[in-house]
Amino acid sequence: MLDKNGIAKRIAKEVKDGYYVNLGIGIPTLVANYVRRDIEVEFQSENGVLGMGPFPYEGEEDADLINAGKQTITTLPGASFFDSAMSFSMIRGQHVDLTILGAMEVAENGDIANWKIPGKMVKGMGGAMDLVASAENIIVAMMHTNKRGESKLLKTCSLPLTGVGCVKKVVTNLAVLEVTDHGFRLLERAPGISVEEIKKATEGTLIVDGDIPEMLL
Amino acid sequence: MINKKVANVQEALQGVTDHMTFMLGGFGLSGIPENAIAELVNIGVKGVTCISNNAGVDDFGLGLLLQNRQIKKMISSYVGENDEFERQMLSGELDVELVPQGTLAERCRAAQAGFPAVYTPAGYGTEVAEGKETRAFDGKMYVLEHAFKADFAFVKAWKGDAVGNLIFKGTSRNFNPNMCGAAKITVAEVEELVPLGALDPNQIHIPGIFVQRIFKGEHYEKRIEQRTTRPKA
Repeated sequence: MLDKNGIAKRIAKEVKDGYYVNLGIGIPTLVANYVRRDIEVEFQSENGVLGMGPFPYEGEEDADLINAGKQTITTLPGASFFDSAMSFSMIRGQHVDLTILGAMEVAENGDIANWKIPGKMVKGMGGAMDLVASAENIIVAMMHTNKRGESKLLKTCSLPLTGVGCVKKVVTNLAVLEVTDHGFRLLERAPGISVEEIKKATEGTLIVDGDIPEMLL
Repeated sequence: MINKKVANVQEALQGVTDHMTFMLGGFGLSGIPENAIAELVNIGVKGVTCISNNAGVDDFGLGLLLQNRQIKKMISSYVGENDEFERQMLSGELDVELVPQGTLAERCRAAQAGFPAVYTPAGYGTEVAEGKETRAFDGKMYVLEHAFKADFAFVKAWKGDAVGNLIFKGTSRNFNPNMCGAAKITVAEVEELVPLGALDPNQIHIPGIFVQRIFKGEHYEKRIEQRTTRPKA
């Protein structure tokens, strides 16, 4: 079974040379740490920066330089700043190549829910609804089950939706899955995890075709 | 020269009354109009509607207005990291309209640019689109979102001059430029109010035509929400 860093490490393999990438809060943020050093990638943060760099050295934090998670950051040579409308022009206008975000639930038709638990928790959708409505290439990074052990890969989402039919791929602590017209197609198993264990943890339709390879990390 | 310069925050906020709608720039605590917010607390206006991406934290930014129950309605995209906000919202004391972040920016920009509404794919098929007009363009569905109407826009810039030209710094730019000229009166507060001609016209982010009042903020705390660092190698 993978931990959060393991999920991030596997997703980093999906990041290709020349990509502009938007990383959500949580596990997706960790992906930046594992992207191959020999390819050129630019990270976009929807609060208005392209060309995000690592965290600053202690004492060099700047209140005017943060990412979408409100963390202090730095910029790399070639970086640019812009306003929120222009930032979402990049997103809505499909100029960003890859969006990686977290989720509370994903349905087998690609629906995603990640912004609200009625009566309990409302943090808001932030930029997630804009991202999922427009991005061509969306990967969800999340745990396969919730804290109560219930599957987060469902036939239909029970929580209020963030977007409909938009998720293409899901990487969890147990598996890599592709969203198809017929349900979740199992592509890879996490190290040491059996197909049976994945089946048990998946409420939505799971398609298992032939031998399922173990992830290479 | 069309002079927009006012002496202080008190003069800048003249005409602010109860039950008005305000736009406030900032993302998290970065680029918020700290001085205008402090003065809104001072004046004690009540029953106001605030259009702002976030609602500050419990003891800073718009959180200060929330603590005093001065806000009737918040229009925001993300309200995490603010317990008082979540409490008032879940108990029904505070009216909240949650808007996708890009839609929030575009509804400001539409007001600035004279568009009554815009079609966006964001929120289609979700509760955000409930009761709204939808339409297909080239086989994809879009939601009609209306431009905001506001009485005052409070924005914060890095540098400005007496005619209201503004330059922003880093990611504190965020919603501030989109709110300029999007309300009846735009009030800009700046860290540095520089002499006319000191700003390079090539580098102006917001031309002064979008700004009605400008003043130098007395004090900036510029609080950091998540101080993340790496060790020196």
